[in-house]
Amino acid sequence: MTSIAKPLIPLAPLPKNELGLTIRDYEGAISTLCAGCGHDSVTAAITHAYWELSMPPHTIAKLSGIGCSSKTPTYFVRGAHGFNSAHGRMVTIATGANAANRDLSYIGISGDGDSLSIGLGHLAHAIRRNVNMVYIIENNGVYGLTKGQFSASADIGSRLKKGDPNTMAPIDPILLGLSMGATFLARGFSGDKAQLVPILKAAAAHKGLALIDVISPCVTFNDHEGSTKSYRFMREHEVKEIETDFVPIRKEIHKSLEENDATEITMHDGSVVRFRSVPSGYDPYDRQSVEEYIRERRSRGEIATGLLYVDETAPDVHELNNTTNQPLNTVAYSKLCPGARELAEMQRHFR
Amino acid sequence: MSIDTTRESSVRVNDFSIKLANVNGTGSASANSLLMQAIFRMGIPVSGKNLFPSNIQGLPTWYEIRVNKTGYTARALEYDLMVAMNSATYAEDIADVKAGGYVLFDSSWPLDDHLLRSDVTFLGVPLARMCIEHFAAPRERILMKNVAYAGAIVALLGIDMDVVSNLLAETFARNELLRESNQNALRLGYDYAKENFVCPLPFYVEPMDATKESILIDGNTATALGCLYAGATVSGWYPITPATAVMDNFTRLCAQYRREPIENPAPGELAYKNNYLIIQAEDEIAAIGIVLGASWSGARAFTSTSGPGISLMNELLGLAYYTEIPAVLIDVQRTGPSTGMPTRTQQADILLCAYASHGDTKHILLFPANPRECFDFAVQSFDIAERFQTPVFMLSDLDIGMNDWVVPELTWDDNYVPDRGRVLNDQDLEKMKEFFRYSNEDAEFVTPRTLPGSDSKGAYFIRGSGHDKFGRYTEKPDEYQEVVDRLKKKHAAAATHVPAPVIERRDGATVGIITLGGCDLAVREAVEQLDEFGIVADFMRVRGFPFVDSVREFVEGHDQCFVVEQNRDAQLRSLISIETGVGIERMKSVLAYGGFPLSAAQVVDGITTQLEG
Repeated sequence: MTSIAKPLIPLAPLPKNELGLTIRDYEGAISTLCAGCGHDSVTAAITHAYWELSMPPHTIAKLSGIGCSSKTPTYFVRGAHGFNSAHGRMVTIATGANAANRDLSYIGISGDGDSLSIGLGHLAHAIRRNVNMVYIIENNGVYGLTKGQFSASADIGSRLKKGDPNTMAPIDPILLGLSMGATFLARGFSGDKAQLVPILKAAAAHKGLALIDVISPCVTFNDHEGSTKSYRFMREHEVKEIETDFVPIRKEIHKSLEENDATEITMHDGSVVRFRSVPSGYDPYDRQSVEEYIRERRSRGEIATGLLYVDETAPDVHELNNTTNQPLNTVAYSKLCPGARELAEMQRHFR
Repeated sequence: MSIDTTRESSVRVNDFSIKLANVNGTGSASANSLLMQAIFRMGIPVSGKNLFPSNIQGLPTWYEIRVNKTGYTARALEYDLMVAMNSATYAEDIADVKAGGYVLFDSSWPLDDHLLRSDVTFLGVPLARMCIEHFAAPRERILMKNVAYAGAIVALLGIDMDVVSNLLAETFARNELLRESNQNALRLGYDYAKENFVCPLPFYVEPMDATKESILIDGNTATALGCLYAGATVSGWYPITPATAVMDNFTRLCAQYRREPIENPAPGELAYKNNYLIIQAEDEIAAIGIVLGASWSGARAFTSTSGPGISLMNELLGLAYYTEIPAVLIDVQRTGPSTGMPTRTQQADILLCAYASHGDTKHILLFPANPRECFDFAVQSFDIAERFQTPVFMLSDLDIGMNDWVVPELTWDDNYVPDRGRVLNDQDLEKMKEFFRYSNEDAEFVTPRTLPGSDSKGAYFIRGSGHDKFGRYTEKPDEYQEVVDRLKKKHAAAATHVPAPVIERRDGATVGIITLGGCDLAVREAVEQLDEFGIVADFMRVRGFPFVDSVREFVEGHDQCFVVEQNRDAQLRSLISIETGVGIERMKSVLAYGGFPLSAAQVVDGITTQLEG
């Protein structure tokens, strides 16, 4: 994974967040992805979201697997601790890290090859465990680093630059998540940062695994006529009926833009997610209603984006296991070792 | 049938072996271990080996008890008494009895004439008939047959009835009905034997004082205890025979010792919180991933598995090696390759673990010989893993892990301080100009690490891709080699940190015998027996890899060495040759890899045959 350090040239005074940090402080190395890659836009959105959240960089742990998407953690929040792991295994590492230190904010960057093929099993089980983390799939329907094979998210009939159209059914991570008991499901488009930033902020505030499927076109191998993961296709087929705002903790809650029945969800940290607009009959807490809506849109060749489903009440991995609130990596050894006397005592049963 | 209980001239006290042939799933295991435990409580060195099928119900299963006053309790291949309770295996079981030995069988049904042997005494006890007469419930009639034969054996071997009775009382302390029916069944068999046979047989037990400071424990329980005492807080695992009981026990122990009461729990909330998190993963890949994530974050984390699990973990083991993340793996070895024989033992993961993963890798291995060492080595594994920031494998096996062993009581030093290795905190970082992950190596080639959550000055990007000593991506030959060369030296430096080999020299020794792990007792016994053949042998049991110099010196110091191990391909011999440079021709092999624990006879045969040749 190549990376080039980004020169820190002071420009005009930049706005600062609550920590006194500018957006520059949340950037990383210069991207070595292809010019125009959707992933770079996702990186920009992540950078922005963390800056707006005033998250101390060292409290962020960023992880990835292998693939174009997995290169991107070097491109944001240079002050965060990073782990570029093995293909498909990112979330297993994140699970262990979260098990040991529940106080950090975890973000995993993955791709459709990483998450929907080689790592599909791990993704499914991380969803079931409800590991507290942001899990982003930068989804372009294609293997970029190995020069353009179909991935498991490629739509039927979607064409590569060369060769036959895809004939196998795609795996939709959102529908997968709904069936696995996911507690936060969103879909975004890398070309729409305005929508993505509030979703990312809500995901970071969510207690549990927040899965964000970001359609992120591959300009080199999958942005042509006949591709269903191209910029043009997305601009023509994206449906943004579900719009949300994220209101950080301790901020005054602004009046809704739409006067009507805005739905608000208070996240466990006190911040608020507000659904600005949802289609009639759509209930973001109801799996069935969400699934029907996505399927119905899909049958019309449309891709529904936005924060699609959320359940802030479900227990996360630590609540499910009744783990102590203190990060396990800080529990004093004296509390962990029963000591010599107890060892002697318990061995009375080994006679 | 005539019952010949004529006493032989030679009477053997506390020196015999018996085998119990059963059908699995019929409840024989508890009756068998009852006998073994009673002999242990009488102060006599004893072992119990369960030779069981990979099956839940209906297939043949055996249990062997060896009593040996000297402490040589490795598996015996000949039996003084066969308790033949499985008609499907009568023929082979009866054939296994020593000349002059005894067969105890259920005489509710006649034994076919062709099974009879003139050099063996048959002791018929109408177990089924007695149990039908005395017990009403169908399940009870089957279960109590086991306790009834145990009762007969108690009489035949002179086992102290009070000891057995107390054990039953303890086992069924909370179930009076079961306690009573067990006591009755025991008495049925006991009385029958007393009335119909001359008790005891010419081999029997007499109380000793040899197990006062000992306990009876299996290796998986001892390993779990070691992980508890080492302060492990996170584990990722996937169920697999024969390692499952490690995590079962760890879970049980954590529930007992790691729950911290909380003040004023909310209604419906538990009154405690867990100072641990055990995750049953979706596969072994996830299990090791969880361990690496937790270890990266500074928790002591481990997984327990067997060969097939290690195979799956290979990819991430390379990542851990190259990125220098501690990890502890408990490999309870079973018979491979592939699914192999899951309920049979072997030592065939040595090379797999030593060089796990693609590319140039070398790992640290510890080889415990018994449950006592499982406990000690499990603790050491965590210290070494964190000291050297790398995976450490403790290679137990099914025989050690799943059988009960008599071992010296486990001890603990309350002054023990975990070696957490070189970890920089924020104060350390503040004093530094800059932090680079793979720079600033110490005398053992270890570089300091930071934990996620530490100050941004200590933030770095772990990568399994090529990196230089600063932790930066590289594809430059020099920069790449500098790091992997240090890793090689770091691995070598661990030699003095793993448990030292046990070397026992004898005056006038002409050969050296090298072994490892659970072969220990059988090989020691063989060394004694070889003496009687005029073959004087030095003994070395390696207990860790990388090897210290004394391993090479031992091989070079003998004109002829034998390496005794339980695998087909002489893996320990290869590892010694590859890693110390001594010629492989200097070492001959004695191999036992059929899946059952090693016996001294196999070692003696293997060595004498080759010396004659």
